[in-house]
Amino acid sequence: MIEIKHLTKTFHSAGGEVEALKDISLTIKDGDIFGIIGMSGAGKSTLVRCINMLERPTAGQVLIDGRDLGAMSEKELRAERRNITMIFQHFNLLQQRTCLKNVCFPMEISGMKPGDAKRRAMELLELVGLPDKANAYPSQLSGGQQQRVAIARALATDPKVLLCDEATSALDPNTTHAILELIRDINRKLGITVVIITHQMSVVEEICTHVAILDGGEVAEQGTVGTVFSSPKSAAAKRLVFPNGEDELVSDPTVEQRVRVVFNGADATGKPLIATMAQEKGILVSILAASTRGLDGKAYGSMLLAVPGGKEQVGQVIEYLQSVPGVLAEEV
Amino acid sequence: MFEKLFSPEAVQQALDVLKTEIPFGIWETVYVTVLATVLAAVIGLPLGVLLVAGDENGVRPLPKPLMHVVNVIINLLRSIPFLILMIMAFPLSRVIVGTTVGTVASIVPLVVAAFPFVARLVEGSLREVDGNIIEAAQSMGATPFQIVWKVMLPESVPSLISNFTVAITTVLGYSAMSGIIGGGGLGMIAINYGYYRYKYLVMVVAVVFLILIVQIFQTVGTKLTVKCDKRLK
Repeated sequence: MIEIKHLTKTFHSAGGEVEALKDISLTIKDGDIFGIIGMSGAGKSTLVRCINMLERPTAGQVLIDGRDLGAMSEKELRAERRNITMIFQHFNLLQQRTCLKNVCFPMEISGMKPGDAKRRAMELLELVGLPDKANAYPSQLSGGQQQRVAIARALATDPKVLLCDEATSALDPNTTHAILELIRDINRKLGITVVIITHQMSVVEEICTHVAILDGGEVAEQGTVGTVFSSPKSAAAKRLVFPNGEDELVSDPTVEQRVRVVFNGADATGKPLIATMAQEKGILVSILAASTRGLDGKAYGSMLLAVPGGKEQVGQVIEYLQSVPGVLAEEV
Repeated sequence: MFEKLFSPEAVQQALDVLKTEIPFGIWETVYVTVLATVLAAVIGLPLGVLLVAGDENGVRPLPKPLMHVVNVIINLLRSIPFLILMIMAFPLSRVIVGTTVGTVASIVPLVVAAFPFVARLVEGSLREVDGNIIEAAQSMGATPFQIVWKVMLPESVPSLISNFTVAITTVLGYSAMSGIIGGGGLGMIAINYGYYRYKYLVMVVAVVFLILIVQIFQTVGTKLTVKCDKRLK
């Protein structure tokens, strides 16, 4: 479990003091995929660097499984960093080393025997789907492949936490999707807690279980992705969820119920879902917000519906939508 | 100056020198240059690492006054003209090699002149290393020493080779100048014949060989740089 308590970070520059993070408190439970989303300059990158103490917080604590990272010596911290590894926007692979040697690097510096390190590195390259690129150099790889190598490298020391700093921001949508799938797989198979820093709503929607919205160095809102994205309360959250401005008048929450529909690889080439529901069930819903994309003929993203007519109607809507493979629906 | 450059006597003499003195001159020039550059690298490389790693934002910040002193010393040595430095280095040459004149003695001022230069070149090479890659290594728990040894130096090998080539050609130029204090080699031949005895053709021949050596160093250096750089393929 990662506990961030009253974290503050102030940078001193020639132009005066800049408060990048103001009294941030977050709890990230084991096994979560926790998204931290915000606009540029919201303090996301600083926050993630405070989690592994690449940046020392000005005040506040970061506790990993109850141990205070800020109180550790440099040596203890270096050992702890093997438990909290990181991937980056620009992959940051060693350019003069082969992929295999890149994956070996963290094991090499932790003093593992070269033979053992090499064997484990090969296993990891297989896990990320690039066993054939072991002897290639990073420059010979595409962005997505480089990020896979970086993920293999981040897994080399059997971490408990994987920090992803804008890990998909330099990738195209298809590659982003593939990398997110891989991260989700890793989270499920290895039980690694994942913290994802991003400015892309779609990333959070696709894989995160929890989200915190960062705005001007403060946590504007946090909770499960479903709750935060379907009924955003803070101005910052509303800006992200409804980039074109929310119109409250469209739906009155006291009269209508809200249902959040998540498309996670639903067959997009099939029938028009909402229209068919109206026809078959006679339920007319309003679409309050929708952000869906087709990737390889499958639909990803989410939709927010307003359902009139009380609990019963909502139950019918959820039942109907849930019956479609790859679609999740929940009342919010 | 050049009207009798190709008179029969001049050509004859040049051919004689070509056979007798030039081969040994080439050998002396090459070995003085290589030895001086290698020694300069032995001092300059760690110094360059110190300049980058010990910097305020480096991987192992050192006390500011210390860094300031190191910087001033390097700048000081770099601002003395080589001709003057050769003379100023006499006491040091006497201590180290027991004499102030001759080929071996000329290596001392060459090293003194070249190591601060090498240190600055190394500093430049190491600063080129992507800070994000260093941060990645830190995020994996690398010690400052490991970052220098396993990240910064290996990542900047192509740049270091390229800069080593710059250093060796510069030292070659200096070594030709050391003919003044009896340092042997092509420079001495050029000065002795061309400057003291007005035998310009011999001077031209010696200079041509200097040019050839620079060409060879540079070609080999460039080839090695490209060959070592895994970013280019």
